[in-house]
Amino acid sequence: MLQVISLLVENKPGALLRVTGVLSARGYNIESLTVARTLDPSLSRMTIVVDVDPNLRQQVVKQMNKLVNVLQASDLTDSPAVRREMVLLRVRAPLEMRTAILKEAEIFGARVVDSSPEGFALEATGPSEKIEEFIDVMRSYGDIDVTRSGAVAVSLEPKKLRLQPPVPTKAEAVRIE
Amino acid sequence: MPTLMSGARMLLECLVREGVECFFGYPGGVTLPLYDAVYDHPIRHVLVRHEENAAFAASGYAMATGRVGVCCATSGPGATNLVTGLVNALMDSTPLVAITGQVHSKLIGSDAFQEADTFGITRSCTKHNYLVTNLGELPQVVHEAFYIASSGRPGPVLVDIPKDVFQGQAHYTPVSAIHLPGYKVFTEGHTGQIRRAAQMICDASRPLIYAGGGIISANATAELREFTELTGAPVVCTLMGLGGLPSDHPNFISMPGMHGSYAANMSLSHCDLLIALGTRFDDRVTGRLNAFAPHAKVIHVDIDPAEVGKNRTPDLPIVGDARRVLVKLNKLLAAMSPADRCRNPAARERWWAQVRAWKQEHPLAPVFSDTEIKPQHLMAEIDRASGGRAIVTSDVGQHQMWAAQLIRFQEPRLWINSGGLGSMGFGLPAAIGAQFARPDKLVFSLVGDGGFQMSIPELATIAGNGLPIKIVVMNNGYLGMVRQWQTLFYNNRLSAVTLDAFPDAEKLAAAYGFRGRTVERPGELRAAIDEAVNEPGPYLLNVKVSPEENVYPMVPAGAALNEMVLTPPQPVPVPK
Repeated sequence: MLQVISLLVENKPGALLRVTGVLSARGYNIESLTVARTLDPSLSRMTIVVDVDPNLRQQVVKQMNKLVNVLQASDLTDSPAVRREMVLLRVRAPLEMRTAILKEAEIFGARVVDSSPEGFALEATGPSEKIEEFIDVMRSYGDIDVTRSGAVAVSLEPKKLRLQPPVPTKAEAVRIE
Repeated sequence: MPTLMSGARMLLECLVREGVECFFGYPGGVTLPLYDAVYDHPIRHVLVRHEENAAFAASGYAMATGRVGVCCATSGPGATNLVTGLVNALMDSTPLVAITGQVHSKLIGSDAFQEADTFGITRSCTKHNYLVTNLGELPQVVHEAFYIASSGRPGPVLVDIPKDVFQGQAHYTPVSAIHLPGYKVFTEGHTGQIRRAAQMICDASRPLIYAGGGIISANATAELREFTELTGAPVVCTLMGLGGLPSDHPNFISMPGMHGSYAANMSLSHCDLLIALGTRFDDRVTGRLNAFAPHAKVIHVDIDPAEVGKNRTPDLPIVGDARRVLVKLNKLLAAMSPADRCRNPAARERWWAQVRAWKQEHPLAPVFSDTEIKPQHLMAEIDRASGGRAIVTSDVGQHQMWAAQLIRFQEPRLWINSGGLGSMGFGLPAAIGAQFARPDKLVFSLVGDGGFQMSIPELATIAGNGLPIKIVVMNNGYLGMVRQWQTLFYNNRLSAVTLDAFPDAEKLAAAYGFRGRTVERPGELRAAIDEAVNEPGPYLLNVKVSPEENVYPMVPAGAALNEMVLTPPQPVPVPK
C-alpha cells in the first residue's frame, strides 16, 4: 500500500529537495507530489504519495520531521483523512460518440472545460481509484491525453502544530576589540 | 550605532561572537575578500594543506572540546574536497560549521570558473546548509548555523557565501535572537517514561548499560558515573563512547561489537535489561540485528527521535539529552533505599559473577613476542605512556580497533576517531585540531601506514605550527583490515593491499625539520615511545609490527555477537 505523507514546510529554496532527498537517498520512487502555498505565504503544504516498505514508514516521517525547514510531517496513510486528485483529460470525440462521452463524464462528475470539433477537454476530481476508473472508461473512446495532479490530502484529525520559539544568540554576550 | 563593514568582516565578527578562536582552512579565488579580512583580524586561521584536512582538523578540535569546529574552503574544488569531512561529522555527530566561498551571485549557474553546486552537493552531507544570497541575511545565517550545529544531535552545517556577499558593504547590527520554528530539539525526556525506566532498572536481574557517543556529546560523564554506581550495572562503551566512563572504573567492561571483547558481547547477549544511552544500535555493534540482546528489554535514551526504534524497537523510548535524562533518573534512584533500587540482589550477584567470569575467560590482553613488535604490544606502550590521560587520535582500520581495545581513557574527549564513516586519513589532521584545542595535552596521532600516507601533506602544518604531536605509525606494510578480510573470507587472495615503498621515517621527518625514527625490535619500543613523548616538538615514530596479525575477537559480518571468533582459526590438517 502506498504511503501518504503530508508536510508543512517553510517556503525556502532547497526545502523541496531536502524532503525528497529523504526518499531518494533510500531509493524510493515518488508516486506523486504536490506543493502549494498555504494561507501563510511563507509556508507550503506538500502531499507526497510514495511506496515505502511498511516497516520504514515511521522512520521516513521522523527523518522528514528532523529537517530544519519542515514544521510538521505526518503520515496520513492509516489516519482519518480525505484524499483527492484531479485529472485533466483530452479525448478525441467524433460526432457519433459525443453524447456518450458526455453521459459518461456526468457519471463521474467530470466537467467539460473545453469543447472543439476534435473532442473535449474534461476535468474530474475524486479519490485516485475513481480517477483511474474514469481514465479507463475514457480510454475506451480512443486516444486520450491525461495530466493528473497527484493526490492532495487533508487530515481530519486536528493535529496541534508545535512551533519552536526564538532563541537568544550569544551575539550580545561578547564584544570584540 | 550600527557600523558599516564588509561581508567578510561581518562573518568574522559573527565568528568571534560565537566564541571561535581559530579555524582551519585553505584560501582560493572567491575567498580572497575573506582572507583579506583575516589578515589583520584576531581570529587565528590555520592553513592546512588540503581542504579535507581542514574539515578533519575542525572535527578533531570539536571532539576535543565539545565546541563547534570551523573550517573554510573556496568554491568548486575547495568545497568538494570538504565533502568527506562533512559526512564524517554527520555520521559521528560532530558540531562543525563549514564556510565555503561561492562564485559571484550573478555567475551562479553559468559554469563559471571554480563553480560547483555546493548547496546541492552538500545537502545530504550536512545537518543543514545555506546559500547566502544577500549580505543582509549573513549574520542571521551564521548564528543559525552555529545553533543548529551545536544543539540537539550535533552535526555539520555549511554556509555557502558568494564572492559579492563577502565584498559588499552593509551596516552590521548584532543579531540578538534566531527563530527556527521547524527545528525541534527534544532535551528534557518524558518524566513518566523516566519514572518507568527507574522501575525497570530496579526490577532487572541482569542489567547492562550500553553507552555511546551521546554521553560524550552531552557532557554526561559525571552523570553516567553516578548512574552506574547507583544501579551497580556493568557498562559497555561503544567506539564513540570510550572515555564516557573511566576505563579503570570497576563496572567498565570494554567496547562491544565486531571487535569488542568477549565479556562485552556475551553481556549484551545475556542481559535482561539493556539501558542504551546516546547510542544508535550501529551494525558494527549489534552484529546480526535479530539476534542482538535477545533476552533484553530495551530502554533507549537518545536526543534524536529518528534513532529511537530505527534498528531495534525499544520497550521504553526516552527522547532527550543524555545528561538531562540521567540527572532525573539519578535523582529518582538516589531517593530510593538500596533494597528498592535492587529488588533482586541475589540475581544481580550471579550476573556480576558471570560477567567477571567472561572477563577472565577471554580478557582483552596485549600479546608480546620476542622477535617482532606485536600491534597489541604497541598499544600497551602507548597506554603506558598515556596513563589514560593523553589524547589519542586514530585513523581507521586494525590499529583503531586494537587501540579501542587496549588503550585506556580515564576522561572524555581523549579518544578521537572516525567511527561511523570510517574515513581513512582522519587521524593526522584530527590531531592538529585536537592539539590546537588542547595545547596542554599530550597528543598521540596513531595511524596506520595506509591512512598516514593519505595525510602526509599535513606534516607541513604540524611542523609549521610547531605542534608537539607524537605521530605513531603502526606499520604492517598492508592495508591491514582489508588484508584481514581477504585472508579470512577471500581465501587469502591478497588483492591491492600491499603497501611497499614506505618512506624512511627519519628522513621524512627531517625533511620537515623534526625528528623521526623507525623501530622494529620489541626491545626498542619502550625507549622509542619515551623518546617521542620527551621530545619538545613533533615526532614521527614508525613502528614496524607483525604484518600478518589479525584483530580478535571478531564477529564475522552477519553473525550474532555470541558467535564471535576468539582466536585465529587453526590450520586444518589436509587429509592424506
